[in-house]
Amino acid sequence: MFRFIARRLLETIPVLFIIITATFFMVRFVPGGPFDSEKATTPEIRANLEAYYGLNLPLHQQYFNYLKAIAQGDLGRSTKYASRTVNEIIADKLPTSLQLGGLSLLIALILGLTAGTLAAVKRNTKIDYTASSFAMVGICVPTFVLGPLLVLIFSIHLGWFSASGWYDWQDRVLPSLTLGIVYAAGIARLTRGGMLEVLNQDYIRTARAKGASEARVIFKHALRGGLLPVVSYLGPAIAGILTGSFVIETIFQIPGLGREFVNSAFNRDYTLVLGTVILYAVLIIALNLIVDVVQVWLNPKLKFE
Amino acid sequence: MLSPAPDKLPSADVAPAQLERGVSPWRDAWHRLRRNHLSVFGGVVLIFLSLLCVVGPWFSPYEYQQTNLDNTFSPPSAEHWLGTDQLGRDLLTRLMYGGRISLMVGLVATFVALTIGVIYGAIAGFFGGKLDRAMMRIVDILYALPFTIFVILLMVFFGRNIILLFVAIGAVEWLTMARIVRGQIMSIKRMEFIEAARSLGLGTRRIIFRHMIPNILGPIIVYTTLTIPGVMLLEAFLSFLGLGVQPPMSSWGVLIKDGAERMEEYPWLLIFPGTVFSLTLFSLNFLGDGLRDALDVRAAKD
Amino acid sequence: MQLRRAALLATAAFALILASGCGKKDSASSRSADGSAPKILRVGNGAEPTDLDPHVVTGVGEHKIITSLIEGLVTYSKDGDTAPGVAERWDISEDGLTYTFHLRENAKWSNGDPVTAHDFVGSFKRILTPTLGAEYSYKLFHLVGAEEFNLGKLTDFSQVGAKALDDRTLQLTLKHRTPFLLESLKHYAWFPVHLPTVQKFDGLTRKGSLWTRAGNFVGNGPFNLVDWRPNQKITVTRAPTYWDAANVSLDGIEFFAIESSDTEEREFRTGRLDVAYSLPLSKIETYRRNHPDTYRATPYYGTYFYRLNVTQKPLDDKRVRRALALAIDRESIIKNILRDAGQTPAFNFTPPSDKFTSEARIAGDLAEAKRLLAEAGYPEGRGMPRVEILFNTLESHRVIAEAIQQMWRTRLGVNAGILNQEWKVYLDSQQTLNYQVARAGWIGDYNDPHTFLDMWITGGGNNQTGWSHADYDRLLRTALESKTEADRMAVYQQLETILADEVPVIPIYFYTRIYAISPKVQNWITTPLDNRAWKWIDLAN
Repeated sequence: MFRFIARRLLETIPVLFIIITATFFMVRFVPGGPFDSEKATTPEIRANLEAYYGLNLPLHQQYFNYLKAIAQGDLGRSTKYASRTVNEIIADKLPTSLQLGGLSLLIALILGLTAGTLAAVKRNTKIDYTASSFAMVGICVPTFVLGPLLVLIFSIHLGWFSASGWYDWQDRVLPSLTLGIVYAAGIARLTRGGMLEVLNQDYIRTARAKGASEARVIFKHALRGGLLPVVSYLGPAIAGILTGSFVIETIFQIPGLGREFVNSAFNRDYTLVLGTVILYAVLIIALNLIVDVVQVWLNPKLKFE
Repeated sequence: MLSPAPDKLPSADVAPAQLERGVSPWRDAWHRLRRNHLSVFGGVVLIFLSLLCVVGPWFSPYEYQQTNLDNTFSPPSAEHWLGTDQLGRDLLTRLMYGGRISLMVGLVATFVALTIGVIYGAIAGFFGGKLDRAMMRIVDILYALPFTIFVILLMVFFGRNIILLFVAIGAVEWLTMARIVRGQIMSIKRMEFIEAARSLGLGTRRIIFRHMIPNILGPIIVYTTLTIPGVMLLEAFLSFLGLGVQPPMSSWGVLIKDGAERMEEYPWLLIFPGTVFSLTLFSLNFLGDGLRDALDVRAAKD
Repeated sequence: MQLRRAALLATAAFALILASGCGKKDSASSRSADGSAPKILRVGNGAEPTDLDPHVVTGVGEHKIITSLIEGLVTYSKDGDTAPGVAERWDISEDGLTYTFHLRENAKWSNGDPVTAHDFVGSFKRILTPTLGAEYSYKLFHLVGAEEFNLGKLTDFSQVGAKALDDRTLQLTLKHRTPFLLESLKHYAWFPVHLPTVQKFDGLTRKGSLWTRAGNFVGNGPFNLVDWRPNQKITVTRAPTYWDAANVSLDGIEFFAIESSDTEEREFRTGRLDVAYSLPLSKIETYRRNHPDTYRATPYYGTYFYRLNVTQKPLDDKRVRRALALAIDRESIIKNILRDAGQTPAFNFTPPSDKFTSEARIAGDLAEAKRLLAEAGYPEGRGMPRVEILFNTLESHRVIAEAIQQMWRTRLGVNAGILNQEWKVYLDSQQTLNYQVARAGWIGDYNDPHTFLDMWITGGGNNQTGWSHADYDRLLRTALESKTEADRMAVYQQLETILADEVPVIPIYFYTRIYAISPKVQNWITTPLDNRAWKWIDLAN
């Protein structure tokens, strides 16, 4: 296993290199630059600005400079948020996103796994229909509808939680719930599907035939195989959930990283785009690695290849 | 990918009997599907909605772009069954036109993502080793590339057109599907019936597509039903970036987005598009579940 | 898979995450002067400020915060007129080219240093230094030699028209008459910074130094920066060192960074904000009907218009341009789409103000429009190439474009289309004239028609229509040479006449600022550019 992980970590270097290079050039080919605004400045002032950020150098020169800088852990300076470095922005906002993501993920896992398992075990009963319908509602109602709806009910009419912000615990309930429910729905569906697949397998029948208790069958044997698709889904889903959600952060005014992913592209804030992409890439690679490890752990027949 | 040919090899314990019987499992599946009332209901609703979107606009007295500024935000009435929007346009007409776009995008783009994802994931999972590693690293790379930038680039270099919409959506949506399929394939490839198929000397392609994929249809179908709403809403984001449907044409995603902004004042602008959207997804889901059950040979034996 | 243990673990993790970061309770409480509950004004302030350095930022939200922290030579009076700021009085030379400002003795920085004329000269030098790359350096180009210095053609700053005659006397020399100079001075580009502090953080010629952070910031305004939480809020509290501290009523202000107006409105409704920066379109009627005491719609010095690319067929023909302009039912757009929030239909470019109201109008009825179109060779729109309206993706722009497209189609028979682009692509398309019709908006930089009319000079950075008119250019140049204000306004009337005849742009409506404000907020005056001095604002209990 250690050889497996070591090799994967080694593979990360070329993968990151390709991602950085591709992103670097992609953002440069997109029309519009960081200093385009509705009120145009003179070409000379623009030249001053570009010189300030080193954007007047030949593109390959900028590329090598950038590589040199990130090799030293410096992600550069944001062109939009003039007073902040990309390192600082990430360090400042990632914890918030991790917190929101962590809460949502817990809600998603608890709700999703419970509903999915129940639905599969009590297949085609009222329990199944109830659990599955809840999951479907989570799928059908997009976050930009669910978020404001929850705010209207629980914040404006009932006054239980805050409408937005990120200061104390009342602020955390609604956004975590909104984001959690969406992923819970997906997890529930996949768990149910995966479990149904497994519950009919021979080894489950064997376990049952041997007189294992139903709970033991489900938790010891069935969940292992049944969770496989959920685990595959969770890799990228967790990366997405932890790096924040643009919609949720906007609706609830949360100072997380999710908005930076989208807004940096809109602002043509080249360094911030690259910084967030690198962060996301690292997360995706790490989580997919974890998924691969967990899959082997869940299914001893697999080997580390 | 799913051939109607009746030679799906079932799991080991039922193999001889089934093979001898020679009855098409596909016909069996069809019978089972028809007995599943929810699935039938789902299918009927889907067909009805599709027909409504395709044929409905011909019978509407309004055009989707026809504004009437003196009759904005009118609640449902005899003239406008579902009310009118911020420009006094008939919501029902716009919903039907929007449905054409959304259903097409939802189904076609999902199909594209499904096809690529399943084939890619199956190949990676089946062969494993270096090939798998290379293929999965490519997936990692594609996950990480900034989607917004990618879409804007697509549009700038190729102009706006509906094919690009599928390319853009397909490019992101197949990735998770590929990873799920790969994981499932890896988990069953050491199972007895696959070993059996191998020992029979069946070709790789045959093993993958005839024996392995039918056995992992459950997660595939479930994930597909998860992908469709994602795709339909993604379309709304893409039209925000200027790709895809251009105003005054609309889509369900865009209608829901607009409606969400005024849910307190003019709830019908959210309720009707939301209902149609949900109805479609529920139906697809019932159909998907039914299909999964119908195609599950093991369950059928019970 | 031990489910019970997993559940326990999950609960623990849940509690942990919830607890982390929740510890610090919100505490913007500063003691009020008389010991009563502090008066903290909570203001929605749009997007997160990019910085608080007046020589670096370009936004409106930044302007609101910076004016609470730094004061320029002049400021706003309680009624919204020009009032003495750091300068207690000023003399203007006969020819209007020399301004001498006499600074007040008790103007102090928040660290106790006096504010001197040298601070202003040094600050002007800073924003004009080419290597700082300040976007708004051009605001100072009225000064002799400022442009040359900023472009690096002049390296000796002593030749620039800004001199400290002594600690308390500042002399500005202009390269041409600038009757609106005092108006411009209210812009933060002209604001002083505390140079020793900026230097300490190595920020004299560098953006993004740490001098603007809470704890480091030294200002001379009515408030001091105490806290800056990115994407959340900026907190300022009353500055005891401010020369007019006795007149400052508030104990502090919290500027909330809220991008979405829907979110902001909900915050306002739940009582977390005293002022919501803007109201969403969908909420206008509700507020006007149910909360008239909080609803505000005040004239805003800006114009919503469509640029026309006059370099391409069919818009190279001014008859076509006129026809398109005449076929728009502006009243209906304002009443039905903008929900009648006080906007006025625009038939000329410059919004009316107490200084200047255009007499020229793009006037004519639909029959006239049809006649013009037929004259241009497109009777009933036949044979006319397709015209596309470009806009940046935002619902309000889309709706107006859809309405106008429909008006052009049904009234003129013109084959009109709509095209939306993401913001920066849209800006790029306009700058490169890669469009036919493009939606645009312009808010005055200062309260004077000049800020609107100098846009259309040939090749000007904000022209972006390809339109060029020799008479217009010549007249515009004479405007600033005018001996009297009446003469100057007469020139602007001529400019408007040319615009109304040539129609390089189609004005649609004059803006209104629509927002919500708690009745508790006192002395909140309205000015054309929606600016005011924070020191006058008060909160009733």
